[in-house]
Amino acid sequence: MAVVTSSRKKAFNRVAIVSILLITLIFLSPLYWIGTTAFKPRSLATTVPPTVLFQPEITPFIKLLTKRVQLTKAYDPAIYAASPWYEQRIYDGGERILRVGPNIQLSQYPNRFMNSLIIAIISTIIAVSMGTITAYGFSRFKMAGEADLLFFVLSTRMLPPIVVAIPMYLMYRVVGLNDTHIGLIILYTAFNLSFSVWLMKGFMDEIPKEYEEAALVDGYTRLQAFFKIVLPEAVTGIAATAVFCFITAWNEYAFALMMTNRRAQTAPPFIPSQIGSGLTDWTVIASGTFLFLLPVAIFTFALRKHLLRGVTFGAIRK
Amino acid sequence: MAHIRLDNVTKKFGLHAAVDGLTLDIADGEFFVLLGPTGAGKTTTLRLIAGLEKPDDGKIEIADQDVHQWSASERDVALVFQYYSLYPRYTVRQNLAFPLKSNARNCSQAEIDERIARAAKTLRIGHLLERKTDRLSGGEMQRVSIGRAIVREPRAFLMDEPLSNLDAKLRESLRAELKELQMKLKSTFLFVTHDQIEAMSMGDKVGILNEGKIVQVGTPYEIYNKPKNIFVASFVGSPSINLMPAELANGHVTALSGKLKIVAPRSKTNGAVTIGIRSEDITVGPKEQVAAHIHDVENHGVEKIVTLRVDDQFFKATAPSSLELKIDGTVKFSFNPDKLHFFDAASGASRA
Ligand SMILES: Nc1ncnc2c1ncn2[C@@H]1O[C@H](COP(=O)(O)OP(=O)(O)OP(=O)(O)O)[C@@H](O)[C@H]1O
Ligand SMILES: [Mg+2]
Repeated sequence: MAVVTSSRKKAFNRVAIVSILLITLIFLSPLYWIGTTAFKPRSLATTVPPTVLFQPEITPFIKLLTKRVQLTKAYDPAIYAASPWYEQRIYDGGERILRVGPNIQLSQYPNRFMNSLIIAIISTIIAVSMGTITAYGFSRFKMAGEADLLFFVLSTRMLPPIVVAIPMYLMYRVVGLNDTHIGLIILYTAFNLSFSVWLMKGFMDEIPKEYEEAALVDGYTRLQAFFKIVLPEAVTGIAATAVFCFITAWNEYAFALMMTNRRAQTAPPFIPSQIGSGLTDWTVIASGTFLFLLPVAIFTFALRKHLLRGVTFGAIRK
Repeated sequence: MAHIRLDNVTKKFGLHAAVDGLTLDIADGEFFVLLGPTGAGKTTTLRLIAGLEKPDDGKIEIADQDVHQWSASERDVALVFQYYSLYPRYTVRQNLAFPLKSNARNCSQAEIDERIARAAKTLRIGHLLERKTDRLSGGEMQRVSIGRAIVREPRAFLMDEPLSNLDAKLRESLRAELKELQMKLKSTFLFVTHDQIEAMSMGDKVGILNEGKIVQVGTPYEIYNKPKNIFVASFVGSPSINLMPAELANGHVTALSGKLKIVAPRSKTNGAVTIGIRSEDITVGPKEQVAAHIHDVENHGVEKIVTLRVDDQFFKATAPSSLELKIDGTVKFSFNPDKLHFFDAASGASRA
């Protein structure tokens, strides 16, 4: 009997492992496409079946970051030899980098990328700090209607954001926040705040209030106790909350598409706008997407130590 | 050094009064133990004195000053918490230095080092100073918690069951150390515990707290020998006092369905009473008065605790370990009439 069960169990385990591997493969395939295509020569980008072995090159990234025009004159070996290596790569593809005087013209991508960084970082900082302080208040002080207030905070997340997009757009137009960094920062902060409050409240509740009270009795003010004792204890929660807020702000597409078009446009609406009708250079799209993925990966990786404890949402006690 | 006074202090949580009209007077330099069962309001009392809670009613004085308007940091009392008093990411030294670095004290680095060294020597934690506090044993943690209080040289020490998480042996030795420390520092100690042995062995004075009210304040001797009511009598002493219904009439007390008859002091009024007698005041031996069934025998080394039964009434007596006692056998016993406690059958108040 026992033998039967264990062999059945083994078979089940094998099936489970194989299916998990398969699902993982399916999930990872877009990433694989982006990761490889970003380094492919243009000619190999859309081959069927996909080319697996190729000489990786940096050309898509040069194209991504610069403004280019089609060569109108015939290929000139003298110009080619005089150009720096990155211009030669472009030259090879029958294009040249646009210059105004001696200055290379950058594409819009670096600017959009910076917009994304500025907006995501600032809105994350604001949402997390406000969330931390609010959560501390909710966690430590008794107030009338505490549960109702908390529910109200949460309820701001219940409406699908896209429902309010049009009224928001109209309001933003009236107050002049359309296509501004501040406009998106406010929007993303508001969007992340409820989440940040709720997540931080859980972490704050985990910190024994005796820690601060000991500091109070020892001659510190409540504010000093907060900064000296509570914040360092809450660092895990802050890191986890920051990662979630950052990812939300960084990836947001719909509002960015509607609210911005030039000055404050972020990378998510910008990248697909580069997909033209006819001759789309997929290597450039892939390299743009590849760079876009990096900040979240780096940020998450940098905070992984805290996240491992953080994402269990306090299930593990010290 | 300070004299602490609580005058009719009440603290409510919702409708429930955790501390209910509490009046307490702790003399300067006294080791006062607040003893009570769980939920009696001991922690709440300490928190009120420390300034972590505000009373709903009543007055708290420290060193003859009304401290109602004072924040916790201004009161200059040290509080050793029941749980979590050390910061896990700090070393022992940083934990000890923490109270000294506050604006309220503003010690120089030289003075901080000196005070830490002195406290470490007193508590014998010198070898632990550079260790993170989450790497300490329970006993070491308790010492460091106490150390955090003594480096401050506060006006009074408030301690909330600081020994409760320790094993019996360690508890005993720390108990002695704390008592010694208090004699050395000559400061006011308010020590909270639910352990009656701790209370009786450490306190200059013991206050018994129940349901937010002080039931009795007295020296350990008074508490043990002159309990004010049944609650106090049964709360202190181990094994706990034997209680049984009895009848007082004409200078005699009759109990155990008439089998036991003892001469009672004349002053007592007649009627139904509850008598209490401690196990050590019951003598067991072949020459005693009344026969009882031996229900159980516990060997405690120096002595035996024997549970006796007369009809349906069980009670415990202490017998010398040399005495031969068999479970389900019979033995004779008698009560020491001078050590009999009389309580009102209805209210439980002492009839002394
Ligand atoms: N913050 C609070 N909110 C509501 N009720 C409380 C609060 N603190 C204490 N109480 C209640 O007040 C009563 C006294 O609590 P307290 O902590 O003072 O008891 P204690 O004597 O210290 O008990 P223990 O020996 O278990 O520590 C209890 O009934 C408790 O439930
Ligand atoms: Mg308590």
